[in-house]
Amino acid sequence: MDSVKFDDALPVFSGEWPGENNFVFHAPITSPVNRKLEPLGPHFLAHARRKRHSRTFSEDDRLEASKKVKNIEEEDAGEISEPEDAGMLSRDAKDWKNQDHYAVLGLSKYRWRATDEQIKKAHRRKVLKHHPDKKAASSSGAHQDDSFFKCIQKAMEILSDPVKRRQYDSVDDNADVDPPSKKAKGLFYKLWAPVFAAEGRFSKQQPVPKLGNEKSTKEEVDEFYNFFYNFDSWRTFEYLDEDVPDDNENRDQKRYRKNEDIARLRELVDKALGLDPRIRIFKEQERERRNAKKNAREAEEKRLAEEAAKKAEEDAKKKAEEEAVAKASREAGKKAKEAAKQAVKKNRRVLKASVKDNNYFVTGDPSPATIDGVLGDVELIQGKIDPDELAELVSKLSVSKGADAVKAVYVDQAEALVNKGAAKKEDFKALFA
Amino acid sequence: MSDSSAEQEAGAVIGIAFGNTTSSIAYTSADGKAELIANEEGDRQIPTVLSYLDSDEFHGGEAKAQLVRNASNTVAYFRDYLGKKYSEIDPTNSHHSAHPIDADGVVSFKVVEKSGEEPSNISIGEITTRHLKRLRDSAADFLGKEVTGAVVTVPTDFTEAQREALVAAAKGANLQILQTIHEPIAEALAYAAKENMQPEDRTILVVDIGGTRSDASVVSARSGMYTILATAHDYETGGVQLDQVLVDHFAQEFIKKHKSDPRENPRALAKLKLESETVKRTLSIAVTASIGVDSLADGFDFHSSINRLRYEIRAQKVFDDIMKLAEQAVQKAELDLVEIDEVILAGGSSHTPKIAQRFRALFPETTPIHAPFTDAAALNPSELAARGAALQAALISEFDVEDIDQSTHPAVTVAPHLSKSIGVVVVGADGSEEFRALLPAQTAVPARRVAAFAAPAEGGDVVVKIVEGVSEIRKTIIEKKEEAVNGEGEVEDESEEEEEEEEEEIKTKHMKVDKLLAEALLKGVEKGQKIEVTIQAAADTSLNIAARIVGTQQGVRGVIAAP
Repeated sequence: MDSVKFDDALPVFSGEWPGENNFVFHAPITSPVNRKLEPLGPHFLAHARRKRHSRTFSEDDRLEASKKVKNIEEEDAGEISEPEDAGMLSRDAKDWKNQDHYAVLGLSKYRWRATDEQIKKAHRRKVLKHHPDKKAASSSGAHQDDSFFKCIQKAMEILSDPVKRRQYDSVDDNADVDPPSKKAKGLFYKLWAPVFAAEGRFSKQQPVPKLGNEKSTKEEVDEFYNFFYNFDSWRTFEYLDEDVPDDNENRDQKRYRKNEDIARLRELVDKALGLDPRIRIFKEQERERRNAKKNAREAEEKRLAEEAAKKAEEDAKKKAEEEAVAKASREAGKKAKEAAKQAVKKNRRVLKASVKDNNYFVTGDPSPATIDGVLGDVELIQGKIDPDELAELVSKLSVSKGADAVKAVYVDQAEALVNKGAAKKEDFKALFA
Repeated sequence: MSDSSAEQEAGAVIGIAFGNTTSSIAYTSADGKAELIANEEGDRQIPTVLSYLDSDEFHGGEAKAQLVRNASNTVAYFRDYLGKKYSEIDPTNSHHSAHPIDADGVVSFKVVEKSGEEPSNISIGEITTRHLKRLRDSAADFLGKEVTGAVVTVPTDFTEAQREALVAAAKGANLQILQTIHEPIAEALAYAAKENMQPEDRTILVVDIGGTRSDASVVSARSGMYTILATAHDYETGGVQLDQVLVDHFAQEFIKKHKSDPRENPRALAKLKLESETVKRTLSIAVTASIGVDSLADGFDFHSSINRLRYEIRAQKVFDDIMKLAEQAVQKAELDLVEIDEVILAGGSSHTPKIAQRFRALFPETTPIHAPFTDAAALNPSELAARGAALQAALISEFDVEDIDQSTHPAVTVAPHLSKSIGVVVVGADGSEEFRALLPAQTAVPARRVAAFAAPAEGGDVVVKIVEGVSEIRKTIIEKKEEAVNGEGEVEDESEEEEEEEEEEIKTKHMKVDKLLAEALLKGVEKGQKIEVTIQAAADTSLNIAARIVGTQQGVRGVIAAP
């Protein structure tokens, strides 16, 4: 309940206070009389409600207040009532271009959202209130002229015609929501969502994606910004033009204004994009993802390189070892060969000496032919046998004493060669003579 | 206010003012405004008349016109017979229409319903049913949907038996009576809805001057709750009597010219009555009116005119009766005329300028008289009851009948009403202690009031004295101007204005402290601060007092025990 206000002052207390507490009870009220309340009217309803549900005033107030909130919300959809300010009421109808048509009809809460039904209703309501016939009847006399009624009619003329309404909506800057200033504090989504909701009204394509919130996916955010970057606007600026027949200048101006608007929107979207925390987050995530890939690749490469290096090292080591072995063996072979050569040389000398010592298996002075024949055979044997056999031969020769024994050794050797097929019997001219 | 969804599903609810002479129907529009519904003929005040001619039933204005040619088959002024035994009724008003007859104690009318057949007896209940049915159909046609429920206004002296008869009759017309409400309260409600503000505590005199009867009621409105303090009825004063004044006047003129009294011929009388009624209405708007009746009596045409002054002089007795009735109601309520805060004139005869003027003269200048002549913004007095009923109908349309019955049960409606005003002592303009009422007398408990007072100019400790106050009528002789000074500003103006005009003593109402109930001390109040005092009267008539300094935590609470 509203408080009643009295301008009178309460008395000042002086003297001695009669009680201990600050509240002293003196006497009860005069006995009341029971009477019957008339059961009608909203206030009786409240009384009945309190009495029947044994609620106190404050309980009832609370319960009713919560009910009321709901009611008001429900009513909002249909109710059109706004206070009319004096400035608006005294407007000149000739200045209709600068008139806020929605405010005139009491729809400034709805603006471009107002349905045709709402506009019709609002117009009717305003006409009922401001019709000149009614004004004349009222004794107020303050607004005897019908200029505001003309304002109402003009507003209706514009808002009831879809083409004219679009033209007016296009330039209705009362419906614009200015982008928040840089200093504005608060959540990005809260600050910017109304801006885009207002811009979205110009879109030929409806519904317009919403700005969303921090939970929006990347796809949604991308769709949102793409939508506004590729914005297809029905906004026109004829309403701002002077009332002159079409001319070229006008058309240029129209195009210029349209382009200007497109640029403005682009700038706006850029700005929002720059401030959008989600974009930063998405970029961060993207970078992380890319980095993760790169790192993985690098790690792999490194691992491969390391492996390759290891392998190469091992190979080199092995090769070196092999080479060392080979070298050693080669050197060993060379030495052996030389030793063998030496041995062969020595054995040859032994062989030659053995046949020479035994006078080429003849008695007396051997003829040169004989010598040549014997030496030829020895050389043949020597050429056909390997050093080991030669050494064996040499050792056999060294133990053989006398020409015949030596000759027998040679013959055995030659026969062994013949048997082996390494030489033919005929080749040994002297031994098998 | 109205539950539109429920209305659409279950049909509409309307308010009906069922009068003895005329009835009105009204509905509450979606924006909470009560609007009268016109019937097929375009009448908003539909005569409570049914007439039978050539097997056809006529209703309203058409039926009323038949009073001239078909009076015996025309039933009028029957509302007051409803629910009464034949022995209880006063059939005076029906002398010139179908006369009520006694059918085993039940009031009935003998009319020829179908031409060529024997007259049949139609009981009062049946007549009422037919009347309500026509009203219901008119409303349904206008609203374009079925009418299922109605709130009907009844006079304050309507008995329970009459109420039951009305509900039963309505049931026959397939109309559920959601609630019957008293006419003066419906009329007060219509004005309360018009002002659309936080309701003020006022004592209202509602004078309903109808066609055949007048009723005056003193109503206390306390934060939108109404209690009837007193009622007075006069069954012999109303529009019919005013018509009779004109009938007599014109009859005398006719006699002067033609030496024949048209009142002796029933048809001539009926004609003259209908025309006189039109003249009476014209005189409420214009200062002169003319009458023209072709072949009034003995074949003579009658043409004449009358000005308002002559009419007013002739009707003085009727006006006197109305004023007497009003004063009687105020007396019954044990109040003085100056204690009436507002006067509402209702009923068709309240259009009469002289009646409004008489009330204007009777009450102090500051008391608003709601009648078309004294208040340009006044509502049409003929429509008040129907409007109030429609508002109430919209208000309760969403409730079940059971719910309504429970809420109108005496357990809920009977409440203790304060005998004396309860308020706080303040320092008046001249430094003396004055009483400011928070809970005026006749406020029903439980009740709660909150008031803000200023702190003393110099600050300091403040005492909140909760006291009972009584009103005191001070008589001021004009020359002694000083006595009026300590009253309210308005009173001063009044005495000044009237000083030159007439040397008369002026009565003004003052409240004086009668009994100290409790005191509360608020220490260290700074100047410029406000002190808020809340008085909450509980159902057991104990008072909870809370005083606090606005904007601080400092406050005092206490209880004044029940007597």
